[in-house]
Amino acid sequence: MRVTMRVNGNDVTREIEGRLLLVHFLRDHLGLTGTHWGCDTSNCGACAVWLDGEPVKSCTVLAAMAGGHEVRTVEGLERRGELDAIQRGFMECHGLQCGFCTPGMLMTTRALLDRHPSPSEQEIREAISGQVCRCTGYATIVRSVQWAAAEQAGTRTTIAANETS
Amino acid sequence: MSTSDNPPTQFVDNNLKPVGHGRMLRKEDARFIRGKGRFIDDIQPSGMLHLAILRAPIAHGRIVSVDVTLAEAHPKVKLVGTGAMLAERGLAWMPTLANDVQPVLATDKVRFQWQEVAFVVADDRYAARDALELIDVEYEQLPVVVDARTALDPSAPVIRDDLSGKSDNHCFDWETGDQQATDAVFAGAEVVVRQDMVYPRVHPAPLETCGAVADYDPIDGNLTLWSTTQAPHAHRTLYAMVAGLPEHKIRVISPDIGGGFGNKVPIYPGYLCTIVASMLTGAPVKWTEDRFENLTSTAFARDYVMRGEIAATKAGKVLAIRTSVLADHGAFNGVAAPTKYPAGFFGVFTGSYDIQAAHCTMTAVYTNKAPGGIAYSCSFRIAEAVYLIERLVDCLADELAMDPVELRLLNLLRPEQFPYTSKTGWVYDSGDYEQTLREALKIADYAGLRREQAEKRARGELMGVGVSVFTEAVGAGPRKDMDILGLGMADGAALCVYPTGTAVLRVSCQTQGQGHETTFAQIVAEQIGIPPADIKVVHGDTDQTPFGMGTYGSRSTPVSGAAAALVARKVRDKAHLFAATMLEATVADLEWNKGSFHVIGNPTKSLTIQQIAKWAYGTGRQPDGVEGGLEAHIHYHPDNLTYPNGAYICVVDVDPGTAAVTVRRFIAVDDCGTRINPMIIEGQVHRGLTDGVGMALMEMITFDEAGNCLAASLMDYLLPTALEVPDWETGFTVTPSPHHPIGAKGIGECATVGSPPAIVNAVVDALKPYGLRHADMPLTPSRLWEAMNGNPRPPM
Repeated sequence: MRVTMRVNGNDVTREIEGRLLLVHFLRDHLGLTGTHWGCDTSNCGACAVWLDGEPVKSCTVLAAMAGGHEVRTVEGLERRGELDAIQRGFMECHGLQCGFCTPGMLMTTRALLDRHPSPSEQEIREAISGQVCRCTGYATIVRSVQWAAAEQAGTRTTIAANETS
Repeated sequence: MSTSDNPPTQFVDNNLKPVGHGRMLRKEDARFIRGKGRFIDDIQPSGMLHLAILRAPIAHGRIVSVDVTLAEAHPKVKLVGTGAMLAERGLAWMPTLANDVQPVLATDKVRFQWQEVAFVVADDRYAARDALELIDVEYEQLPVVVDARTALDPSAPVIRDDLSGKSDNHCFDWETGDQQATDAVFAGAEVVVRQDMVYPRVHPAPLETCGAVADYDPIDGNLTLWSTTQAPHAHRTLYAMVAGLPEHKIRVISPDIGGGFGNKVPIYPGYLCTIVASMLTGAPVKWTEDRFENLTSTAFARDYVMRGEIAATKAGKVLAIRTSVLADHGAFNGVAAPTKYPAGFFGVFTGSYDIQAAHCTMTAVYTNKAPGGIAYSCSFRIAEAVYLIERLVDCLADELAMDPVELRLLNLLRPEQFPYTSKTGWVYDSGDYEQTLREALKIADYAGLRREQAEKRARGELMGVGVSVFTEAVGAGPRKDMDILGLGMADGAALCVYPTGTAVLRVSCQTQGQGHETTFAQIVAEQIGIPPADIKVVHGDTDQTPFGMGTYGSRSTPVSGAAAALVARKVRDKAHLFAATMLEATVADLEWNKGSFHVIGNPTKSLTIQQIAKWAYGTGRQPDGVEGGLEAHIHYHPDNLTYPNGAYICVVDVDPGTAAVTVRRFIAVDDCGTRINPMIIEGQVHRGLTDGVGMALMEMITFDEAGNCLAASLMDYLLPTALEVPDWETGFTVTPSPHHPIGAKGIGECATVGSPPAIVNAVVDALKPYGLRHADMPLTPSRLWEAMNGNPRPPM
């Protein structure tokens, strides 16, 4: 079957099998390998992308279901060569280690900040509770989101790095 | 020095970059936050085919027939592989890391559920899976052994009838310590406490599953293998030994790895199937395991049934430890540990305490379960050892009605006792255990917690405080007694400073998220003064890096990190010679000051390392007997392991109505000697603490009586999310390792090892009103409810 959708602002049309999962469509057909696959059962969230602005787990969405809709992936976060605040937050606060869960975490937390520009720690934890990170223990992810929130609000204050080491 | 490294409310200014050690943002993050990491499933050479594996649905059965006719007729199928086909090529069986053997594809029997039976290679991943369903395998079912405690019953079916003369399921026996001395101490002890406990089977479950892409070039005979391996060089050598390929024609590339935790140490049948498939089809072939395959067939961890005994005086002086262990190794002995250590480093079960005697006996058995015995973020079975001793000490505290902290303070090794040779022969390098514990008590406000607990208990609320004090032994290992399949556990490093003053460091370890591209650049920067940004770290490609044993067991910093520091010093020594020539001075006239040599007493007469590099490759005068260029190579064998330690305090609340446990606070104070990048160290600790919550409260690979694996997805094998863990509170002390060139010790796995007993101790402490002394992990609400109500259930 033929499917057409808008991915990261570009219209794409491909001939696909009806059973093709969105995650495999993005990775194998479009070469957008930033979206990862981790569990099959929508428990881990490594495959989270946006479908019409809503985070979804692309391992449990058929590519055909995304036809006519707009998809955004981690590759679409950076705009005009400028990193999104959430991407910078993860770098600044050590919100990643192996980097495998990171694209999904970034998409979910970017969506959170779009709705709640100043989320509480508990709101951040709940927002990412459908996603597994095996490396960070989540505290630095929470800090990363807080960093991005403060950065966007222009309220970020800093201390010297050597004061913590 | 001791202090807390808890996050300030303000954010850290990362513009202040260290020239060497210190907080520094990670170089590798730039690609990951853009989705530009390159993981195994991202590798897509043109013309690539896809491989999928057919697995046995039963735990024990004889293969009667395998019919692949229909699969071969599938229009998109290029190749179907069976055990018989591999047997013709002498490849049906492969050695494990523990000198046992394991089938690549089963030929005679299947011995655990979801064992590899056949593979299909097809044009795309969906077609390969379709064709698996067209393979018809007939099995004759056999009785199974699931519980290690019945594996040696005379009536138990023999699993390993492939081993000649095998008439039972016995795997090995092992012993350490002094039985006579220990028994004598126990016989005369005022107090003896015994506790049976189980460390259940768990799985490292890295978020990226295992996989490989093999690309064999039939013309020149070169094999390029991208694979999820924590030890690319060791794997290359093993492929040469197993598959008979010339080692110089094998290139193993470990690309970005989505977490390892020990799971990516072994060689799996899927890797070999992928290689064979590429050789037979002449095309690149990819195998990507799914989550179900990862959890059911790749290496598990733990699975020890332990009986512990502790002897003490009435005043609380611990005298001796005695333990007997039944180890479940699954269907094949796939334990990943140095050859002379079949039980890994379990011998450190005497913990952080000054005792008179210790003894351990262990029996390992085969069962109809997946093989493994890898570490899951601990250094070779130390998680089991630490759990045993730290639970035993709490049981003793309960028996003596002593505060568990007071009891520990009474028995900790003292700083002046180091280097300390334990009663089981381990030489602890350094530590100040009391200082570490006191730092944790301070951060936690231990006395305040006990007051709060007393108030809550009076109101019928269940709050618990648990402590663990642990010592790890990491950085395998010394050449004299550590090898894997005959390969010494050394690591190589090569450092080249280029004419323009930037540098490339090539290392034999490999990163799965630990941040080596950053910390190893910092190690070199600290030694030669070139900024970390100007030092590229190359790793994970056997054609581009020196030989070494890889990344696991927290060995990167203790072994590879030492190699990096020493090779940088070698380069600096050479630069010293050049500087003397350039400044027309003697070597003794010059002083090094982080980045430059200057004439003693005349700081204006100086040369930077960058200036020296330019000269070294140039046309200027060379020192006598010194070659041009500025580079060096090293192959480093550590003298000893490093012994990081820590003191952890966990605060839990237990719901008396549901037995649900909430980890409210967790305080972790670690001592890993010299700290290279505190940000990365903190991240490593956080990860391990989260592992601890998983193992203590959630994770267990379970089987039913037929050997069906009941934890085959992330719906059934529960991993901690952000809601199950608190905001970690960390601190540190620093006692450098005396034998490591920069005094550093491994830190990657300390928290995984140290946290489970702290959590279980806290839960048991909360349930004191119920008279509970022990409950086995995982302390899920249902299992804990049964324990609270007097019906504790051992995990199965």
